[in-house]
Amino acid sequence: MLTRRRLLATGATTATLAAAGLPVRAQGTEPLTVGFIYVGPIGDGGWTYQHDQGRLAVEEHFGDRVRTVYQESVPEGADAERAITQMVLGGAGLIFTTSFGFMDATVNVAQQFPDVKFEHATGYKRLDNLATYDARFYEGRAVIGTIAGRMTRSNKIGYIASYPIPEVIQGINSAFLHARKVNPDVEMVVIWVYTWFDPAKEADAAQAMIEQGVDVIMQHTDSTAPQAAAQAAGNVFTFGQASDMAAFKPVPRIASIIDNWAPYYIERVGAVLDGTWESHAHWGGIPEGEVEIGEITEAVPDEVRAEAEAMIEAIRNREYHPFTGPINKQDGTPWLAEGEVATDEQLISMNFYVEGMTGQIPS
Amino acid sequence: MIVWERRPAPSRALAWATPVLAVALTVLAGGVLFALLGKDPVLAIRTIFWEPLFGPFAGYLRGQIAIKAAPLILIAVGLSFGFRAGVWNIGAEGQYIVGALCGAAAGLALWPAETRWIFPLMVLAGTLGGLVWAMIPALLRVRFGTNEILVSLMLVYVASNLLAWAALGPLRNPEGLGFPGSRNLRQWASSANLELVPGTGLHWGGVAALGAVAAGWVLLARHPFGFAVRLMGQAPRAAAFAGVAPSRVVVLCMALSGGLAGAAGLFEVTGPAGQVSIDFAAGYGFTAIIVAFLGRLHPGGILLAGLLMALTYVGGEMAQQRLNLPAAAISLFQGMLLFFLLATDLLATHRPRWRRAAPSASPLPAAAPEEAR
Repeated sequence: MLTRRRLLATGATTATLAAAGLPVRAQGTEPLTVGFIYVGPIGDGGWTYQHDQGRLAVEEHFGDRVRTVYQESVPEGADAERAITQMVLGGAGLIFTTSFGFMDATVNVAQQFPDVKFEHATGYKRLDNLATYDARFYEGRAVIGTIAGRMTRSNKIGYIASYPIPEVIQGINSAFLHARKVNPDVEMVVIWVYTWFDPAKEADAAQAMIEQGVDVIMQHTDSTAPQAAAQAAGNVFTFGQASDMAAFKPVPRIASIIDNWAPYYIERVGAVLDGTWESHAHWGGIPEGEVEIGEITEAVPDEVRAEAEAMIEAIRNREYHPFTGPINKQDGTPWLAEGEVATDEQLISMNFYVEGMTGQIPS
Repeated sequence: MIVWERRPAPSRALAWATPVLAVALTVLAGGVLFALLGKDPVLAIRTIFWEPLFGPFAGYLRGQIAIKAAPLILIAVGLSFGFRAGVWNIGAEGQYIVGALCGAAAGLALWPAETRWIFPLMVLAGTLGGLVWAMIPALLRVRFGTNEILVSLMLVYVASNLLAWAALGPLRNPEGLGFPGSRNLRQWASSANLELVPGTGLHWGGVAALGAVAAGWVLLARHPFGFAVRLMGQAPRAAAFAGVAPSRVVVLCMALSGGLAGAAGLFEVTGPAGQVSIDFAAGYGFTAIIVAFLGRLHPGGILLAGLLMALTYVGGEMAQQRLNLPAAAISLFQGMLLFFLLATDLLATHRPRWRRAAPSASPLPAAAPEEAR
């Protein structure tokens, strides 16, 4: 610790620091500092809020053995690298960077500080000290897609999409496949907003969909603005995203996909404390309790609720995989044969719509 | 009661003292804000202003201040000429984006060639890109009398859509597994804009910023163009008599600010940012407007103002992490700086005078404050 401070005070570069091999954790006396880099404000009521709930769970679980620090609304891009580095310099021994756009910044910092552990959410680049973790949101999408297919009267469902990356495309395809399965007439309207959190843009997208006759809206963005737009319109259903968004119960929010990061965060912090932490690519879903479906409200008929709950159970028991063939790509070419289940490799590079989707993925 | 009287001529001493006063007031009001949030105000202010410069991690953070200040200074120097002449380029953010796109495209077209001519070519393409983007509002104003504030601002939104399109389409890294974003320009030796002296944070963008400050100073003080700009801002009629062609000044000011903003974008995309991504634009073009005014539209002042602004960013991040201050509180703190600057500007152009409460029927004191504006 002292060495590090002195080195820094004399203006040594981070590269020299890395060579000198800093922070080797002191023997049990000091608490482990766990850092979190957030893409939105902790009060977004969605994605970042849930990560922050995970942070609070870590504090509660480990008490004096850990100290947590966080920085919210960190821009994805050049500023993220400094934010992460500052956290390392502040003594963090484990840092979670909780958005896809922090990937290269996390890699750069991780290379400079081989003794600090990093965990990057939803990315694909790993190092010996950089693990990745993600949740199988598409499992939740299968459930709400089923509900959406049953609930729509106009047969038009909407999907407010953030960025055309595989995670989002998995969600669109999963929701659409399952809506079509219960309602062959259903069509999906996708609007790309190129942001994870921008209440104004999200509200505009919701409004545009409502004007096109969409009556069930799903969102892959983090604010509650689409819920508010649907409430104002009346007769439009929505689903909580990332967080329960319970304030909009029982309508327009009729169910939700909740990201529960607490179990994973507690497990990984524990691993660092025990000295058993290793880099890996983690992808948990409904079976692991990382993806949960929030209360399905009374606006949903009992038989639809029963159908959704049966699907949750089937996924939980690993009896059903949302991407089970036969599934064709949008252009009609076969993707999965009858009974074939998509591999994780196929899913993490998904860059096409499935058959029946209209429109194109921006490229 | 206090009455504000317009000074016959703005006070020069106060014109330079008000930024200092504004900073002091921001610190005070910020301290109250932080105290209301339940944080130790002295510690918060110290973390923002002192820690990055002299704290234990200053060795790293000082370089970060330089990295953050370089684009702000480069853009603000360009903007200051237009602002002096009454040419309001609010769209530097768009010119910054287009500069980065054009420069990156020029470089990536030659990937993976390894030659040292690629980087200068990219700088040229970036500068031209920003310049051309700024020519749209300039020519529209000169030809059709449109308002350059609106046109340049709206072109920012066009530019950010171009950015998203480029990051997803033509400039997307073919080896990036379908994820948006270009190849990493910092990892390609031909285009990498790295620190020139390790640990200082000084990359080519910083060198360009210092060059722009020096050149801007000379241009403003010694060159006929600087004279024309100052004259057109202060006395448009006198400028006309002196033979200053307004449209020429408009076009030159927009070209200068657009070109420098474009160059700043190129230095950023090849350096600290590293790639064209959807989130590349971080608001430097807008913050530079604050920097330009905080620096009194003078290159020397802009240099200091840019460094101060960068300090509040880097220190603000420190305060967020150390004290768990909300990000919005830091933005508010930065916003106060502009607010107090504009408020204290009144001191430079007006002077307070005590007046006894007016005898009953005199209309003068009541009218005075309105006259003052």
